[in-house]
Amino acid sequence: MHELSIVSSIVDTVTESLAAYPGAKVKEVRLRVGALASVIEDSLQFCYGIATEDTPLAGSVLVVNILPVVMHCEPCGADVEIVSLQSFRCPKCGEPVLDMRQGRELEIESIEIDEVEEQV
Amino acid sequence: MTTRIVELRRGILKKNDELAAGLRNRYTSAGVLVLNLVSSPGTGKTAFLELTLKALRARNARVAALVGDLETDNDARRLASSGAPVRQINTHGICHLDAEMIDKHLDGWQLGDLDYLFIENVGNLVCPSSYDLGERVRVALLSVTEGEDKPLKYPTLFNSADAAVITKIDLAVPCGFDRELALKNINEIRPGIRIFETSAKTGAGMEEWLDYLAQERAR
Repeated sequence: MHELSIVSSIVDTVTESLAAYPGAKVKEVRLRVGALASVIEDSLQFCYGIATEDTPLAGSVLVVNILPVVMHCEPCGADVEIVSLQSFRCPKCGEPVLDMRQGRELEIESIEIDEVEEQV
Repeated sequence: MTTRIVELRRGILKKNDELAAGLRNRYTSAGVLVLNLVSSPGTGKTAFLELTLKALRARNARVAALVGDLETDNDARRLASSGAPVRQINTHGICHLDAEMIDKHLDGWQLGDLDYLFIENVGNLVCPSSYDLGERVRVALLSVTEGEDKPLKYPTLFNSADAAVITKIDLAVPCGFDRELALKNINEIRPGIRIFETSAKTGAGMEEWLDYLAQERAR
């Protein structure tokens, strides 16, 4: 259950990036989370509501895009998607695969904000 | 009011990853091999480490350990009986060690005076896998009492490990441990990984493990 610390980092990072947009309100935060990132979406959502209270992120929506695990298969010379995390073998040729190309991401992709118009 | 999408592309654990990269540089320039030991509570990390520290000291290696637990310094006291410098990290409820905790607890230690530094993580097979501690070798441990399918249940950790250690191998027979199946499962999740079958009680598998440590350090 380290989702609360993860959500706290999200709040810090987003709040920092808002410095460039004074008074802006956050509507949505989009994450890219690899299927092997050890993070559970339900726990993230649960913690998000609590951790964003009284912050510029309060009331915003958290969108979690889960990215499949992609490994490079040497014999096939291709990147292949690992559907079951029970076996790290190429789904095409059956050879073991070691070289991960995607699957451990844990990042904030973008935020959607409502900007306050400049007062003239 | 204007709506705007701001691309951030920022790693959520960026702060930890940067600190870990800094630690990794320090370890490398000091010439110390750092290992991060991860398992469930009760696998026998402390007993395994206690024996490892003693055996390495007997080979005249300079060793130290950091040990993480939610509360108590019981493990640090056990490990200190090996004669090696040991520090306890109490996380007070946090389920993993992070790079900042390591950095803080290394204060005052001369890394250049060490050959090996072991970090015994908090007993947990999930959360520690997200936090880089700057280690060169991540070790996933599994005891024969836990069941052969543990690697399949926790692929995140086993897939990120550099070595796997099976502990309590002396209990394999009474527990009905299916060794072949366990080895197969570990290999399905992390093909080709080095696997050590050990017992802290009988000392089985320790020679092979110590040789591996020496090889890794020499690399």
